[in-house]
Amino acid sequence: MRGQDMYDVIIIGAGVSGCAIARELSRYEGNFCVLEKSEDVCCGTSKANSGIVHAGHDAKPGSMMAKMNVRGNFLMESLSKELDFPFKRNGSMVLCLEEDKKDKLTALYEQGIVNGVPGLQLLDGKKARELEPNISPDTVAAIYAPSGGIVCPFGLNIALAENACTNGVKFYFHTEVRELDREQDGWSVKTNNGEFQSRFVVNAAGVYADVLHNMVSEEKIHIVQRRGDYMLMDHAVGDYVSHTIFQLPDEKGKGVLVTPTTHGNLMVGPTAIDVEDKEGNQTTQEGLDQIREKAGRMVVNPPLWEVITSFAGLRAHEDGHEFIIGEVKDAPGFVDCAGIESPGLTSAPAIGEYVAGLLQEHFKWKKNPEFTGTRKGILNPGDLSPEERNQLIKENPSYGTIICRCENVTEGEIIDAINRPLGARTLDGIKRRTRAGMGRCQSGFCSPKTMEIMARELEISQTEICKSGPESFILKK
Amino acid sequence: MEKRELTCIGCPMGCTLTVTMQDKEVVSLTGNTCKRGDIYGRKEVTNPTRIVTSTVRVKNGENPVVSVKTAQDIPKDKIWACMEAIHEIQVEAPIQIGQVVLKNVADTGVDLIATKNQRAVESRL
Amino acid sequence: MTQCDLVIIGGGPAGLAAAVAARKQGVEDILILERDGELGGILNQCIHNGFGLHTFSEELTGPEYAARFIEKVQEEAIPYKLHTMVLNITKEKTVTAMNREDGLFDIQAKAIVLAMGCRERPRGALNIPGYRPAGIFSAGTAQRLVNIEGFMPGREVVILGSGDIGLIMARRMTLKGAKVKVVAEVMPYSGGLKRNIVQCLDDYNIPLKLSHTVIDIQGKERLTGVTLAQVDENRRPVPGTEIQYKCDTLLLSVGLIPENELSKSAGIQIGSVTRGPVVNESLETSVEGIFACGNVLHVHDLVDYVSEEASMAGENAAHYIKNKEMYAARKEIPVNTGEGVRYTVPETLDIQRMRSNQTLRFRVGSVYTGAYVSVYLDDKRIQHKKRQVLAPGEMETVILKQEELQKYPKLQKITVRIEEE
Repeated sequence: MRGQDMYDVIIIGAGVSGCAIARELSRYEGNFCVLEKSEDVCCGTSKANSGIVHAGHDAKPGSMMAKMNVRGNFLMESLSKELDFPFKRNGSMVLCLEEDKKDKLTALYEQGIVNGVPGLQLLDGKKARELEPNISPDTVAAIYAPSGGIVCPFGLNIALAENACTNGVKFYFHTEVRELDREQDGWSVKTNNGEFQSRFVVNAAGVYADVLHNMVSEEKIHIVQRRGDYMLMDHAVGDYVSHTIFQLPDEKGKGVLVTPTTHGNLMVGPTAIDVEDKEGNQTTQEGLDQIREKAGRMVVNPPLWEVITSFAGLRAHEDGHEFIIGEVKDAPGFVDCAGIESPGLTSAPAIGEYVAGLLQEHFKWKKNPEFTGTRKGILNPGDLSPEERNQLIKENPSYGTIICRCENVTEGEIIDAINRPLGARTLDGIKRRTRAGMGRCQSGFCSPKTMEIMARELEISQTEICKSGPESFILKK
Repeated sequence: MEKRELTCIGCPMGCTLTVTMQDKEVVSLTGNTCKRGDIYGRKEVTNPTRIVTSTVRVKNGENPVVSVKTAQDIPKDKIWACMEAIHEIQVEAPIQIGQVVLKNVADTGVDLIATKNQRAVESRL
Repeated sequence: MTQCDLVIIGGGPAGLAAAVAARKQGVEDILILERDGELGGILNQCIHNGFGLHTFSEELTGPEYAARFIEKVQEEAIPYKLHTMVLNITKEKTVTAMNREDGLFDIQAKAIVLAMGCRERPRGALNIPGYRPAGIFSAGTAQRLVNIEGFMPGREVVILGSGDIGLIMARRMTLKGAKVKVVAEVMPYSGGLKRNIVQCLDDYNIPLKLSHTVIDIQGKERLTGVTLAQVDENRRPVPGTEIQYKCDTLLLSVGLIPENELSKSAGIQIGSVTRGPVVNESLETSVEGIFACGNVLHVHDLVDYVSEEASMAGENAAHYIKNKEMYAARKEIPVNTGEGVRYTVPETLDIQRMRSNQTLRFRVGSVYTGAYVSVYLDDKRIQHKKRQVLAPGEMETVILKQEELQKYPKLQKITVRIEEE
């Protein structure tokens, strides 16, 4: 058995939902751990999505999705200050490009009002273009949602995990759940990395949540992987639009959007292509062609020639298109957090609060006296004044060496990313924490240097360094 | 009579040269546009040579390897023997540009020389 | 704030040659800022030979070529700072840089030479579909790993792009014991030198597939294979021509992009074809007193031309520091690109300031055999020279004579074009 104790709660999955729940649970004096099959937090659906904090007009009134979305949106701003991750309330717009679809737009607006989205406005085409000059001249009307925002999806996920870890939640990586057995006072969780015991289990396994659920329940659920392809553009065109631009949603979701990111890039995507493979996150030519075409309808001449990378993520789409959150009826002590697709990222803070609340009702833990609700992210020297920056370099010269020249990431930041709680162990881990390698040269210049720093800090050979998973070695021995 | 086809490397034209040989002697060469093509083609079929460049492992250097080359061109069919010899050796820093790293590499009569300076360091982590 | 007559950004071949030339013209106060740990730039990792035939009339390796210029810099005792990143430059020629020892610092320069070089186009910019496993490198990154760090990036290799770096790396990986299975080139011709095709591919029986590209990348962790397909004249894959290659490494040699983020910070105008600063006959950018040379200005084929161009930039910067007034008044005649010519450097020309023999460099858009390079002053053809072959991979040159141009006081434009006859 791993760990001496019986855990109160084991959370399966270190994505944004799992980590949000872990962080909320860490407020209490319980015994918690997170099991993650990958090498790091934020490795599945949470790493490849739009990074949007949705206003909340899309979900069906009364649904869990609607509730979590609006609440999550509300919580995000204060959370971003407590946990120091990039968030911006840039406002979003839904464009209506055809006269005969105006009533659909109005219906969406009204739904938003029912869902309690603050500040919604209906604009005519002219007003919309005044607000956002590069949108299509075909825009006949638009919804403007001032509460819409953007967040760094890695920043949010990593911040939640680090804070949970600091407050005593244990994380086990490379730990894949193989079997779940109901025992007298809880669950036995068998993994490739040993057996764990827990009173409660939270299933936050993203696209695998149906597999886990179906291990313990007769009421089966089914998750389909809905792949979304994206293209990310260079900073040079990061201000092409200032709001997040949506088109009217269709049966497959909110469709392609055009948005600035919190780090000043421009992003377009996603597609919505259902795939069988739970790891099938490869981009395809059709997918990329589709984005190009759709983005071109929403904004004038989108600057796709500035693309620096394309990628795809898998949304965990449950057949009922609703968040499944709560204790499973025929499996007491097993709490689902399944079907967390868009607006899942937005909802994460609310999901954490809600699931922790459910568990607290059962356990009635005491407050964790050592709980610290704030966390400092990796220092970005670019945010400092020249004087402060010089002081920093004097104290720690590694902040004077730029490693990633595209994103201006210093050696000091990379060392911090490695040595902080749940520190980076892979090149992708460094990239998601510091942005080294995320810029226009896509790690061409910095990866040899980053690897050198990793080898030194972790006391390993460079040939042991992986990009992400355990077989993804960068170099050959 | 044996015919061989070559691409001339003299300029971007890349003329296709046809060389006719008998008993290792060039009988005729066609396809060239200029004199350089003729010279190249004749040498390439009778005595093809290359300068080999690579790296050699360094002991106590600021970098783990240093760049080297054969001081003159060596017969083309000796490239692999030369690479094997390069693979075997290690050279101690400091290293001066032009310094002989290995004498008479692969019995070619040609020395292997360093093409870069490298300082020594106390120890390399 | 520290003052400096001439700040040179970049200590690669361009920056070094510019520094030496400026010193020869009497500029005492020069500072080279280099981001890497040594001078010489990318030449340090180009350990193959073939450099310097024009400059030194002998064949040198990259590090040897660099050493010749580094020695001159040291002989002239030109100061330089290593491990120093320039973060910003302004129109007023304030340079903000940073390193471990000095922290963040500003230098007020009288003139600046931009010599930052270029970067490689990454996979992302090509939008190649598929997974994103480890094992995909730009050729230059792989070159650094092998030649400087002494590592092996992979064992079974496919290379996309037949530019010179791709060809050189095909041979290098082979000599290091890897199996290079194929070099694919999307264009119907190679962008590399003939010599490299023969000595890097043919010598080792590595096939070159023209009009082919990578259309899929397999492998979730480390690369396991790629799919190649033939492309049509619009560079779109032709269905049914797919070929599967098992490999653990994909090297990309698919183009170089001048690194002009700093230039943009000073508001310097950037050309849409070269992606480098738009310059006049003095290699001066749209901001007075800021000059550009080498691969930051336009991507060169031979380093010899970089050195030559950078020397000009260094001399011109020296001249500017001493004779500011002369630079203030610009009467610039545009140099236009006619049929077949993709770009020219410089883009404008001042007849008073031009050299008596002014070099104009350009590249063509496709392969021509037996065509003519023509220069027009307005509608009058003044040059018409037959070339055996013209190829996009090679930089071309025409020389304009000041005394000839002075005969046309009303000259409106100069045009370079390729003519079939």
